[in-house]
Amino acid sequence: MNSEEIISYLPYGAPFLFVDKIISVDATSITGTFRFDESLDFYKGHFKEKPLTPGVILTETMAQIGVVSLGIYLVKTEGGDLQNMQIALTSSEVDFYKPVFPSETVTVKSTQEYFRFSKLKCCVEMFNEKEELVCRGKIAGMIKS
Amino acid sequence: MITNEQMINDLSDIVKPYIQNQVAFDNLSADTDFINDLKINSANLVDVVLDIEDKFDIEIDNESMDKMLNVKAAVEIIATKLAKK
Repeated sequence: MNSEEIISYLPYGAPFLFVDKIISVDATSITGTFRFDESLDFYKGHFKEKPLTPGVILTETMAQIGVVSLGIYLVKTEGGDLQNMQIALTSSEVDFYKPVFPSETVTVKSTQEYFRFSKLKCCVEMFNEKEELVCRGKIAGMIKS
Repeated sequence: MITNEQMINDLSDIVKPYIQNQVAFDNLSADTDFINDLKINSANLVDVVLDIEDKFDIEIDNESMDKMLNVKAAVEIIATKLAKK
């Protein structure tokens, strides 16, 4: 599966799609990027006069690239039906190290811990353009097809 | 040979981190339902099953996973898998 194909199966659209490109993917790991455009709506209020990407949005970006996109690849590999895929976030535990400002591009790297009984649990890390660690955590979701 | 009582004790240790109903957990018995009584969600039920695999060194297949809804069913599945080892 190439980047466009994986993104076409993501159930998100603007303004809640946080995946620009999948750089690499295999059975155990995935890497992808997203650029936080300065015009994104939440910058108007987070924070007033001082735009900064909210932690929940960073977590969502990690989940969309690191768990859902990898899940799409894994379901496809197992011969699952991607048209009728159902997904749900089930847990996230994330530590934050650096702020992400408007117009920054981040890279998300994820490695799966396990994919059993429809649950995909991953160790996910996000890096900024200076390759500094932005945040890191464990995120899990249910992916049924 | 592990007794049913020992197995229920082991199961009790395994489910403890995931339970959301302390009263049901304190009264854990063979009839206790993981989802309806202990209020474990489906995602954490997967973790319970993975912990069972590690603890008893067995592999749970999809069919067994679907039946693993209460303590009694879990004990039966574990006993069956152990007997096949």
